[in-house]
Amino acid sequence: MEEVAYAEKTLKEIRTRGLFLERFLKFSFGFWALFAGLLFPILAGLILLYEARLAIEKFGFIHFLTYTNWDPVAEDFGALTMIFGTVVSTILSMLIAAPVAIGIAIFITELAPNWFKSIVSTAVELLAAIPSIIYGLWGFFILTPIMATKVEPWLQEKLGDVPLIGKLFQGAPTGVDVLTTSLVLSIMIIPFMASVVRDAFNMVPPIMKESAYGLGATKWEVIRQVVIPYTASGIAGGLILSAGRALGETMAVTFLAGNNPQIPKSLLDSFTTITVALANQFTEADTDIYLSALYYVGLLLYLVSFTMLGIAKFMVLRLEKRWKV
Amino acid sequence: MKKVLLATAVFSGAVLALEITGAGATFPYPIYSKWAYEFNRETGNKVNYQSIGSGGGIRQIINRTVDFGASDGPLTPEEVEKNKLLQFPTVIGADVITYNVPEIGKTVLNMDQKAVCDIYMGKIKKWNDPYLQQLNPNVKLPDRPIVVVHRSDGSGTTWIFTNWLSKVCPEWKEKVGYGTSVKWPVGVGGKGNEGVTNYVKRSQGGIGYVEYIYAKQNNMPVARIKNREGNFVEPNMKTIQEAAKHAKWDKSKHFYEVLTDQPGKDAYPITGATFILLAKDQPERAKKATTFFKWAYEKGDKYAEELNYIPMPENVKKLIFEYWKEHGVAP
Repeated sequence: MEEVAYAEKTLKEIRTRGLFLERFLKFSFGFWALFAGLLFPILAGLILLYEARLAIEKFGFIHFLTYTNWDPVAEDFGALTMIFGTVVSTILSMLIAAPVAIGIAIFITELAPNWFKSIVSTAVELLAAIPSIIYGLWGFFILTPIMATKVEPWLQEKLGDVPLIGKLFQGAPTGVDVLTTSLVLSIMIIPFMASVVRDAFNMVPPIMKESAYGLGATKWEVIRQVVIPYTASGIAGGLILSAGRALGETMAVTFLAGNNPQIPKSLLDSFTTITVALANQFTEADTDIYLSALYYVGLLLYLVSFTMLGIAKFMVLRLEKRWKV
Repeated sequence: MKKVLLATAVFSGAVLALEITGAGATFPYPIYSKWAYEFNRETGNKVNYQSIGSGGGIRQIINRTVDFGASDGPLTPEEVEKNKLLQFPTVIGADVITYNVPEIGKTVLNMDQKAVCDIYMGKIKKWNDPYLQQLNPNVKLPDRPIVVVHRSDGSGTTWIFTNWLSKVCPEWKEKVGYGTSVKWPVGVGGKGNEGVTNYVKRSQGGIGYVEYIYAKQNNMPVARIKNREGNFVEPNMKTIQEAAKHAKWDKSKHFYEVLTDQPGKDAYPITGATFILLAKDQPERAKKATTFFKWAYEKGDKYAEELNYIPMPENVKKLIFEYWKEHGVAP
């Protein structure tokens, strides 16, 4: 009798302990998830808003957003040049990176012989581990001279007279410009994009591919009509992640952008981005309104990232709906 | 009783080493940390200096989070009074104009106020511009476009350079003005002295301004600049100190004096001092800082010269000691 009671007691103890642990984990993990996922971004936004209040009062929203002057001496600020630079360099680097990254992923999952797959995979992942300052230095010391003396003059010669496109290649080729920056940015984001897309490709159930082959499809047809449609949302996800990285990239761009707050008239013009302006000017911003304007620009980056990622997420949802099997 | 007190004072003085904290300008960081190291070896007192930039240094001392702040540009007497601060200069530096014209190599060029201003305004576009050629009759300047390089990050170097341009070139004053970063009419921006240097080195026809120390360490070609007395002056230890000697340092104005375009036959014109800010309403903390700087003025000159900084002339140091006494912060 006693033994039964004892056993019941221990069992109860164990159960309560388990319940407690379960509840504890639920709350603490929940808290951290809530904090990192929801509270932290909101807090960051609020702090930016608070620090930017002076500049918001003085310059307003629409005016600040559409004004191109950035003059610390006259304390007259507008953010359009930086927003433009950020968005354009991100989009351009995505345009260069996406086909390459998808190509790499296709090669690794579908085309390469088995022993070669792991080598290429590792090599691509190693690219992702290189710190961005190294890309910046490499771009500045090695790539920009080549761009300035070889690639850009060649582009000008071949494309300079073509209507419309020619306009993109006007101006003195200096090497520190939109083109070089986007190129280096694309190299930086390719590994991210390629790994995510590769993982997505690996998720395609073999039976689907095999049945396609069984129906007599060629490799190219399988890739185009089975693998890519099936993984469209995965591809889009990879693109979003990389867009996030390109948006926020600072160190490498600082070296390559030429740091001029102007709307670039061609791909060979220097420009600036939001993060570069922040990194360059934050330490020596000596007046309150100057500092506040920098916070304001930071707030805009926050909004731009949210909007761009939001749009991308929306596209993924739509894709998922369309391709739902 | 007195003896006991004295003994305790001496004893505790020996045991409790001072901990002095400072933050601010990046330009004097190498010399401040060298001084801090030697000061610590000699006296046991510790100085912790963080080079977070002049803007940050000013804000930190206004918020009283550090014992001293450091800034490359002086605050105006009104700003010093308003924030209950004290201000004095420590060492002198200068900006030099460096260039890369393959045809002339390391030949020293003459530049005057109008030449530099017009180049940075984008009005002189080629090296063989008649105005530049007439300044350098013995050099054959090539038909090469000028690539203008400036700093992209906010910096005291830019402050000194643009301040000089504002003084000597009315058009610059009106259209651009001066500050740690300005709206440049032309050119590309390089980050830091090394960014400007590498950009100048790499682009044939490049011109840029960098700190004297940096140019000296890297053995770069440097232009002679015309000063207000009309002489072309090469930047070196003597000509830069000359600029500080003739400046009208005024204790009652908290040493608000910009060393650009100073009188003096041999004074190099693009010169500037770097400053220390103390909290006047916290004399105990200020005294800790002046202990360090008194030591630096008395024993630190040789370290400054080793690092190519220019120490303050003796007459100015004397003024600073008097200034401390007047405001009750002498160590």
